[in-house]
Amino acid sequence: MNNLLSIVTFMPTIAAVILAVFLRGEDKAAQRNARWVALIATSLTFLVSLFILFGFDPSNPGLQMIEDRSWLLGLRYKMGIDGISIFFVMLTTLMMPITIACSWKVTKRVKEYMIAFLLLETLMLGVFMALDMVLFYVFFEAGLIPMFLIIGIWGGPNRIYAAFKFFLYTFLGSVMMLISMVAIYHHAHTTDIQALLAYDFSSDPIELFGWTIPGGFQTLLFLGFFISFAVKTPMWPVHTWLPDAHVQAPTAGSVDLAAILLKMGGYGFLRFSFPMFPVGADVLTPFVLWLSVIAIVYTSLVAFVQTDMKKLIAYSSVAHMGYVTMGIFAANQQGIDGAMFQMISHGFISAGLFLVVGVIYDRMHTREISAYGGLVNRMPAYALVFMFFTMANVGLPGTSGFIGEFLTLMGVFQVNTWIATFAATGVILSAAYALFLFRRVVMGDLIKESLKTIQDLETREKWIFAPLIALTLLFGVYPSFITDIVGPTVEVLVENHHAALVEAGRGAAAAVSTAASH
Amino acid sequence: MLQADLNVILPEIVLALYAMLALVVVAYSGKDKLSGPLTWVTVAVLVLVALMIWGRGDAVDAFGGSFRADAFSTFSKVAILLSAAAVLAMGQEYMLRRQILRFEYPILVVLAVVGMMVMVSAADLIVLYMGLELQSLALYVVASLRRDSAKSTEAGLKYFVLGALSSGLLLYGASLTYGFAGTTLFSGVIAAVGEGHAPLGLLIGLVLMISGLAFKVSAVPFHMWTPDVYEGAPTPITAFFATAPKIAAMAMLARLLHAGFGGVVGDWQQVLALLSLLSMFLGSIAAIGQTNIKRLMAYSSITHMGFALMGLASGTQLGVQGMLIYMAIYVTMNIGVFAFILSMERDGQPVTDITSLNVFASTYPGRALALLLLLFSLAGVPPMIGFFGKLYVLTAAYEGGLVWLALSGVIASVIGAFYYLRIVYFMYFGKEEAAPLEAGRSPVLATTLAVTAAIMVLGVVNLFGIDTAAATAAAAIVN
Repeated sequence: MNNLLSIVTFMPTIAAVILAVFLRGEDKAAQRNARWVALIATSLTFLVSLFILFGFDPSNPGLQMIEDRSWLLGLRYKMGIDGISIFFVMLTTLMMPITIACSWKVTKRVKEYMIAFLLLETLMLGVFMALDMVLFYVFFEAGLIPMFLIIGIWGGPNRIYAAFKFFLYTFLGSVMMLISMVAIYHHAHTTDIQALLAYDFSSDPIELFGWTIPGGFQTLLFLGFFISFAVKTPMWPVHTWLPDAHVQAPTAGSVDLAAILLKMGGYGFLRFSFPMFPVGADVLTPFVLWLSVIAIVYTSLVAFVQTDMKKLIAYSSVAHMGYVTMGIFAANQQGIDGAMFQMISHGFISAGLFLVVGVIYDRMHTREISAYGGLVNRMPAYALVFMFFTMANVGLPGTSGFIGEFLTLMGVFQVNTWIATFAATGVILSAAYALFLFRRVVMGDLIKESLKTIQDLETREKWIFAPLIALTLLFGVYPSFITDIVGPTVEVLVENHHAALVEAGRGAAAAVSTAASH
Repeated sequence: MLQADLNVILPEIVLALYAMLALVVVAYSGKDKLSGPLTWVTVAVLVLVALMIWGRGDAVDAFGGSFRADAFSTFSKVAILLSAAAVLAMGQEYMLRRQILRFEYPILVVLAVVGMMVMVSAADLIVLYMGLELQSLALYVVASLRRDSAKSTEAGLKYFVLGALSSGLLLYGASLTYGFAGTTLFSGVIAAVGEGHAPLGLLIGLVLMISGLAFKVSAVPFHMWTPDVYEGAPTPITAFFATAPKIAAMAMLARLLHAGFGGVVGDWQQVLALLSLLSMFLGSIAAIGQTNIKRLMAYSSITHMGFALMGLASGTQLGVQGMLIYMAIYVTMNIGVFAFILSMERDGQPVTDITSLNVFASTYPGRALALLLLLFSLAGVPPMIGFFGKLYVLTAAYEGGLVWLALSGVIASVIGAFYYLRIVYFMYFGKEEAAPLEAGRSPVLATTLAVTAAIMVLGVVNLFGIDTAAATAAAAIVN
């Protein structure tokens, strides 16, 4: 099975084509068939993707299961995974059946809805597996199309503004990456990521409009990629598309956006920016670290004053992504391990929170916090789930949220204690807004007339939450499951990074951080 | 000797004879009653001639080096012939139903195509001008084909006046070039121009000729006629304007610059870069406010010409190759979009207002999906084939040292994405208000739409050999 990765990637597409070609009509039966086809296809994809997980050799820090074919215009169709991408692939295949299941009640253009999500899955998987720069770009960008339609067709009242903002914002970011890719191709004469990882880009300072740019070409390339990934992650101050997109997207769209699409930014940093342009990354590290810590503190404060539940969670996502970028740019083993862990864990937790909101939105059709209160009285099971994800979001020890925050803080503490100090306040702030939300929605007496008849979780909803809760707990008490697989790859990444810095004459800074990490 | 020369221009002769024969036969037998069948015969003839040219690969000079058939002209001619055939086939039913399918129409198109074929093969300033004028005169008449419509006649007049001005500029430039080089042959001009920097007189001649051709490809600031002519002319004719003449003018510009002025790339690079920059931005920004889809497509084609010029501006073989790939893809996308526009109607009347596409996707999901793919391709979003065209010209511009132009290009493409998305917005996100649009039941239009949309997606797997063909074509004119 040397084309397992392609099989997994394109299985959802095949299901989408089957739906598009063979399913006719808009009646109840057709809608039911569309749902089941999508659910079965995504579940099968998940099962097949387990072969990737079990076939993966954790002791090998390099790329594995490589497929390499020639493609058009001299490009390569090259796929492969390593310790960094494997969990994103698994996260995607696992989340998709959940997103399909949570949209069981969608009745508007069900067939198209399912097709959009199936295509989105293929494109997301492709991003994490592509080993050709242009192939990566194609998957990365193409994902905008289904998401644009998902927000625009099945979204909330202000969906059109949100869809356009989402598309144009990310498109603008990505074209900067495209220019950097063109520049890379011009200098390295290859688009193969494996070859590029070994390529040494010039880091001599260059003059541009009278400014001397330290790190030279590497810094410019880094910036090109940075704009794209920073928008995608999203980092403060280019995060503003995210709250709009999240609020307007249907629940399933929010879940995919938070759980998977946001991770593309962090993945991109680890796949391109960091290993390919070590000097550029090093030059801009303080800048990125400060942006991250501003994101953590500022967006936590913004989350605190939100009146819309989804918006609150969206801002909380931005804050949690701040830990991710902070951990990555701490540039040591703990920091990057922590960032990886935080991304995986945030995948479960933020998805859980959006689903929690989705449950009551399905019943009451409002996301205003003030419309709720005292839900615990009629919905005890729901209250428990809500509390679990709130605590996980806060980073309670025992849940996976804790490990990620702790590791990234530990990593960044070795680099800059001030940043670590400010970021640590974010832990408190997140507790404040999350618990405040929980209290206003769930606790207290049930006094609102409209809520008197609200129903607790049904079986389908319980099954949706079960795997997320189980995994959040599992990774919370047994984090080595992830770190053992991620660790070796990250170790090599960090070693190469420091070696490249020493070679480029930025050894002093590098030597200190290497010493500190041991 | 003469026989060999005639053999080189055999395809042009065949087409010209066909046009004259058809004119005589139809004029003396049935006139407009025969125009329907005549269109189909013309389509067949165009396709046959394309096949005939396809088989002739070798580079040959004719008439003392003033006419040249090579891989470059083959690529351009095949593209011109096939797109003209597609446009004729698409417009046939539309024009028949509105009683504007005069028998002159296919004949004039054939004559214009002969002119274009001469243009792309021209290796001499006089031949170049002959081809250009043959093409232009036929197009002026075609633009005002709908004689009883004020807009159509206005379009024809505007096109004529501005076209005549541009021909004048070109002719003046050509005469200056002749005066300073002492010859009209490209091979002589390139020797007179030399390497490094061109003498002042030749430089002025070159700039004037570029300006004249910029009119034809509607590059900013010579674009003013485009939106009005696109809007005023009957839609099938707009579709024709947007496709074949653009390839011809681009190809001719490429040959003139490389075969005639290849030694002084630095002299014309900045001119083309500026034209490209202005076209990309003006096209993208001005299209935002358009509600008429034909005007919108006019600005869209201005933007796309900017991108094609970006490839040419790089001054390299890769640039020419990128331009050819870009043009081939551009023409395919435009044929698809115009097939859709031709099918837009309500109560039998053509509709061009994009707001009328409201909720089109719920009534005609298949057609809406096809247009969606075409629009994302026009916007240059992967995995559609339009992205690869852009990637190619961006790479060429970067390698030609025009980093700033490549950067501006991608920013313009983001601005441009907005108005394509706007059409998607009307089709998919709109609310049901007005009476829904009908999509005509013409099988030709539906097939064209489906095929072009499929190409947009399948292009990501295989570019159908366009890339290699364009590479050989570019190698033929760049030394």
